[in-house]
Amino acid sequence: MNKILFKLQLSKDVYLMRIEAPLIAEERAAGQFIILQVDDEYGERIPLTIADADVTEGSITIIFQVVGKSTFQLSRMNVGNEIPTLVGPLGKPTHIEKFGTVVCVGGGIGVAPLHPIAQALKNAGNHVITIIGARTKDLIILENEMKAIADEFILCTDDGSYGRKSLVTEPLKEICERNPKPNMVIAIGPPIMMKFCAETTRPYEVFTQVSLNTIMVDGTGMCGGCRVNVGKEVKFVCVDGPEFDGHKVDFDNMIARLNSYKEFEKEMHNCYLEKEIQEKEAAR
Amino acid sequence: MTSKSPEQISEEAKLLIVDYLNKIDDMKPKERTQIPVQEMPAQDPRQRIKNLDEVALGYTIEQARIEAMRCLQCVKQTCVDDCPVKIDIPRFIDHIAHGQMKEASDVIKEASLLPAICGRVCPQETQCQLNCAVGKALKDVDKSVAIGRLERFVADWERATGKVSIPEVKPETGKKVAVVGSGPAGLVVAADCRRQGHHVTVFEAFHKLGGVLRYGIPEFRLPNEIIDKEIETLKLMGVEFKTNFVVGRTRKLTDLMDKDGYNAIFVGTGAGLPMFMGIEGENLVGVFSANEYLTRANLMRAFEKGKADTPIYPSKNVAVLGGGNVAMDAARMAKRLGAEKVYVVYRRTEVEMPARKEEVAHAKEEGIEFYFLQNAKKIIGDEKGRVKAMECLRYELGEPDASGRRRPVVIPNSEFILNVDTVIVAIGNGSNPLISQTTPQLNVNRWGNIIVDETQKTSVDRIFAGGDIVLGAATVILAMGEGRRAAAAINKMLAEEIEKEKAAVN
Repeated sequence: MNKILFKLQLSKDVYLMRIEAPLIAEERAAGQFIILQVDDEYGERIPLTIADADVTEGSITIIFQVVGKSTFQLSRMNVGNEIPTLVGPLGKPTHIEKFGTVVCVGGGIGVAPLHPIAQALKNAGNHVITIIGARTKDLIILENEMKAIADEFILCTDDGSYGRKSLVTEPLKEICERNPKPNMVIAIGPPIMMKFCAETTRPYEVFTQVSLNTIMVDGTGMCGGCRVNVGKEVKFVCVDGPEFDGHKVDFDNMIARLNSYKEFEKEMHNCYLEKEIQEKEAAR
Repeated sequence: MTSKSPEQISEEAKLLIVDYLNKIDDMKPKERTQIPVQEMPAQDPRQRIKNLDEVALGYTIEQARIEAMRCLQCVKQTCVDDCPVKIDIPRFIDHIAHGQMKEASDVIKEASLLPAICGRVCPQETQCQLNCAVGKALKDVDKSVAIGRLERFVADWERATGKVSIPEVKPETGKKVAVVGSGPAGLVVAADCRRQGHHVTVFEAFHKLGGVLRYGIPEFRLPNEIIDKEIETLKLMGVEFKTNFVVGRTRKLTDLMDKDGYNAIFVGTGAGLPMFMGIEGENLVGVFSANEYLTRANLMRAFEKGKADTPIYPSKNVAVLGGGNVAMDAARMAKRLGAEKVYVVYRRTEVEMPARKEEVAHAKEEGIEFYFLQNAKKIIGDEKGRVKAMECLRYELGEPDASGRRRPVVIPNSEFILNVDTVIVAIGNGSNPLISQTTPQLNVNRWGNIIVDETQKTSVDRIFAGGDIVLGAATVILAMGEGRRAAAAINKMLAEEIEKEKAAVN
């Protein structure tokens, strides 16, 4: 069950894994996610977007960044290892149709969930403009894959180490100023990036869809930990989302909620790393 | 509930029983009602707020027999009438009085599959013990025969002596039944359908089995070991379990029949969609649904700090909103997780609280403070978006509402501030939308509960439903009652099909 079939390090802290999961591969659609645990007694449940799926092989692809203890442990697992808990596909699939011109904006690891959506939009006959960005060159992932889909392709880094030196919002603004303006924007990346993409497009009234990755426990609507304010409503990301109208999402509240356990997480990760170092030293 | 230590209680019972055993069959009703009510031995409150071990320790054998002797063996069996699964209560109690524990167990098992669980979590004071003649004679429902504690005693005795009998399973029929959800309703359906020889698969979304019994009810009230044991029995009967499987997402409900060949489905997915108050500040950091709080602590083991990777919010002052069992569980869990002050804020009075009396009493012993006739108005945050206080309003009781309980009416200008850093909302659950979202042909009411007929059958052929997804948030025993009814209907449907198939072959 859930055997790791393939593993590749994409950048310093970013890994790609193909995992055996035939039922999920069969059912999943662009925009959906899975939840996994690296330990089914004491592990935490982490939501990760499905980046790709292969029905023939019966596998799904995930791309994740090491940010804490659980993702660190996951990054240490190898081909042949089994992931004890893997459940999905969760969330509502992305609504795909021919909208016209769609700008797909991906920041950092957010390019992973963006890729299948861009592909589906392209297949549906849209003119796809992609903007991908990261802090620095080493953190750019799936450049070739995104380029292959895009009718127009823009790459930027914050520090100018690769591509255009700018935030993704700069080219996004330029595209919004075109005549005709794009029909839709899809932005996936760090919360702060999605917030500013939404702010960028707001004056141009271009519908901007964002994909939220909030704290979750069960991922099936049961805990409500993932709730966000969307307009005047409270929505659960796991069953109502993960995609919402970026102009309506209360990002500040969402970011505060994401940081609920930051200190705990840091401590867990540090304790774990220290323990590992000690064990290695003891082994020597 | 008692100030006596478990040792004291045990010694007293040992002394008492000698006299009663001499006249066990000769006591007049009056004498029986004068036998002292047997108190439940419990862990010392000062100790137990530091651990997750079970609070109620269970009767000793002497206590159980003495308590059983209090039963008048009435002709008019109101206890049986008031039991949702109609256990033959006087008969099993008579066996206990006579020390025939195996026989007592067999009687319970005729009607109930999970006595160790029901004995612990049923609201007996509103069911079997409500109209007990002993309680009536003594003019105090708390002095009714302690049927629940006796049921628990028998189940624990059976487990401890290793005499758990595996129910007989009929020869394989070749028919397949899918059970969605491994909570109390699902477990009953699994057992009842399996006994008839059908192949049964239970699908569970989580990585552990038991549903609300596992993620919701804390170990200090229902130890995991007991759930494990019940599930182990089902496995020995040949029931198949699939965890990490979200029916509706991993597989569409109807695909279980169309693609996977199941002949019938039971949906027992529970009431897993927490309700919130809809007040200002409810999304601040530090506001949790009781579901989330308890799932982190129970299922994800966050109580075991340092071991568990799932964090739980560090709280000093906690307000729990609500007055049901879940509110009690959340409040007591918060205490065990190290909160200094825990307040239960409930807008009616103690009389109207739906929680089991024993849980309320235990909570009080543990230092939980109750704020009756009060409710949250808004939650106030600090500059980081974290809870720093809660504004409350005072209420008084007005006329009875639709539920028959007196309606709480707000007292104007009664606002006051409660200093808390954590708010846990335990005001109930709506129905989880996953199954209905992905199965549009399934009829649901306006609250999203699946509509069923008197046999638990839904609007879709071969699909049955029961438990909280039908009832809204109810109790374990009612869910089990629905499961039993659904299983009977499924078994009848499949038996008729098998007959028809046989007739066609001949």
